[in-house]
Amino acid sequence: MSTLFKEKRYLAGVFVALIAIVLIAVPPFLKNYGVYLFSLWLVFVVATMGLNLTVGYAGQKSLGHAAFFGIGAYGVAILMKAGLSWWLGLPIAMLVCFVVGLIVGFPALRVQTIYLAFATLGFNTAMWLVFRNEEWLTGGTFGFNGIARPEIFGFSLKGHLAYYYFTLAISTIAIALLWGLLRSPWGKAFQALRDNPIRAESLGIDTRAYTLLSFAIGAVYAGLAGGLYASLVDYIEPASFTVGASITMYLMVVVGGAGLFVGPLVGALISLILPEWIRDVSPIFSNWFLPIFGLMVIAILVWLPDGLASLPQKLFSKRKVLQAGVSTAQSAIEKGAK
Amino acid sequence: MVAPVLKVTDMKKAYGAIQAVGGVSFEVMPGEIFGVIGPNGSGKTTLFNSMLGQIKPDSGCIEFKGQDVTKAGPLELSRLGVGRTFQTLQVFGKMSVRDNLIVAAQEHHGSKFSRMFAAPDSGLGAKADALIEQFRISHVADLKAGTLSYGQQKLVDIATAFMREPDLVLLDEPCAGVNPSLVGGISSLLKALNEKGLGGKKSSFVVIEHNMDFVMSLCHRIMVMVEGKVLAVGTPAEIRGNKAVLDAYLGA
Repeated sequence: MSTLFKEKRYLAGVFVALIAIVLIAVPPFLKNYGVYLFSLWLVFVVATMGLNLTVGYAGQKSLGHAAFFGIGAYGVAILMKAGLSWWLGLPIAMLVCFVVGLIVGFPALRVQTIYLAFATLGFNTAMWLVFRNEEWLTGGTFGFNGIARPEIFGFSLKGHLAYYYFTLAISTIAIALLWGLLRSPWGKAFQALRDNPIRAESLGIDTRAYTLLSFAIGAVYAGLAGGLYASLVDYIEPASFTVGASITMYLMVVVGGAGLFVGPLVGALISLILPEWIRDVSPIFSNWFLPIFGLMVIAILVWLPDGLASLPQKLFSKRKVLQAGVSTAQSAIEKGAK
Repeated sequence: MVAPVLKVTDMKKAYGAIQAVGGVSFEVMPGEIFGVIGPNGSGKTTLFNSMLGQIKPDSGCIEFKGQDVTKAGPLELSRLGVGRTFQTLQVFGKMSVRDNLIVAAQEHHGSKFSRMFAAPDSGLGAKADALIEQFRISHVADLKAGTLSYGQQKLVDIATAFMREPDLVLLDEPCAGVNPSLVGGISSLLKALNEKGLGGKKSSFVVIEHNMDFVMSLCHRIMVMVEGKVLAVGTPAEIRGNKAVLDAYLGA
């Protein structure tokens, strides 16, 4: 068992190293569009990692994540228009997300599952209406143009590659912080809340606080991603922050593996990069992307209900059972030989 | 004189016209295993849920270690030192057995803020392993609790209640649905935990159970409830010999 554990850690290390090498070494060889896709993937990884905390770890079914993503994006855009720097605008936008996240968490203390999904969906719709209708603040359907990219220590991040590496650095920090949080007792408290809130409360876990915080922290990650997104695409409009976008993010989490830390890496990859790739292969395929994607999601939910990222775990547990069987058989043979 | 751990005074609770519990009083002393038996509908569960803070009694008083907890909720009771087990399976299914035990005690160490930076096992790993060893579930310690057999999950549930060394444990039908060979195992585990405690700290138990052999062999004192009222309180021998109890419940 312990050797298997060591092997698992070793494999996880190799996996992380491989990803790091790809993320650092590959983009310089890509065209602008490729670099953009890499950046976009990182943005959605950060956003869906937040959603994974809310949905996958804490079990709060939220269909309003794109609204927080929008608050982050619009927040940065609006504050920069008001003359603040990107470096000040982003933390403020994230703070707003935290507070709004806390507030949106309150319905979750009363309603759960599909009812909570509807409540958060309502919140998303309301926010989308604000983005679209409050022209004086958000630019309405025209949105915001020319959202600048930040500078860092006098270096301009205007270049696509420079901004990509900047996004990579920020994402890595954000992911590492979340990893730390989920490894700490907080991670277990969130999971206990997800698996059985009544039992959790009887064990002294403050389910109220953890429910609210799961929304608030998830929202902060969406806000960060939104800020990065605004400067990446330099043009935002309400259409990017609809309920549909929330559902897509939810799908990323589920397809990747809700409650698995690396789930969003896989989920965002599949639902962002795959359509682009299919579109490249042939226009016939691109027309068929949605049905193909839909069928894939169904297939994954049937055969891998815990998401694509659960595949290694599944293989390992199979081997664990096999090894246990082998060792029992061996000891039986040894006993027989004596 | 030793003060009781739990003192319930004239507790009443009605659902509409039905008086589920109609004036029940009893005391549980430190280190005591106190059984509550009675036919279905006798008010045991209502009494239990009141003690657990799940429902609020209409009148009467519940004191824990001298403190009025009549209005306290489950969270506050846990903080004060009340543990519980569940009648139906309620483990954290997607967490490992070990994590099930660790999470049961971690919230009683440090503040929310300090726990953000605490070790993953909150320094409770060794304690969890000892309890896992005692409950003989070491071979499944790393498996997800939801994948275990019914009996194993029941054991996880009971072990969980002791992780934070509570002063009082409320056991809600610990043998419900458990096969007879395991019933004896649970009984001796509970006896050991009652006599030696965990980390030197003893717990008092309140047990609701339908399995008479289990109750009679485990409990120091037993309270028999019928139609929301206390019919008798006494040692297992006294209860066995009580004519009223035989007529109302045991003799059936």
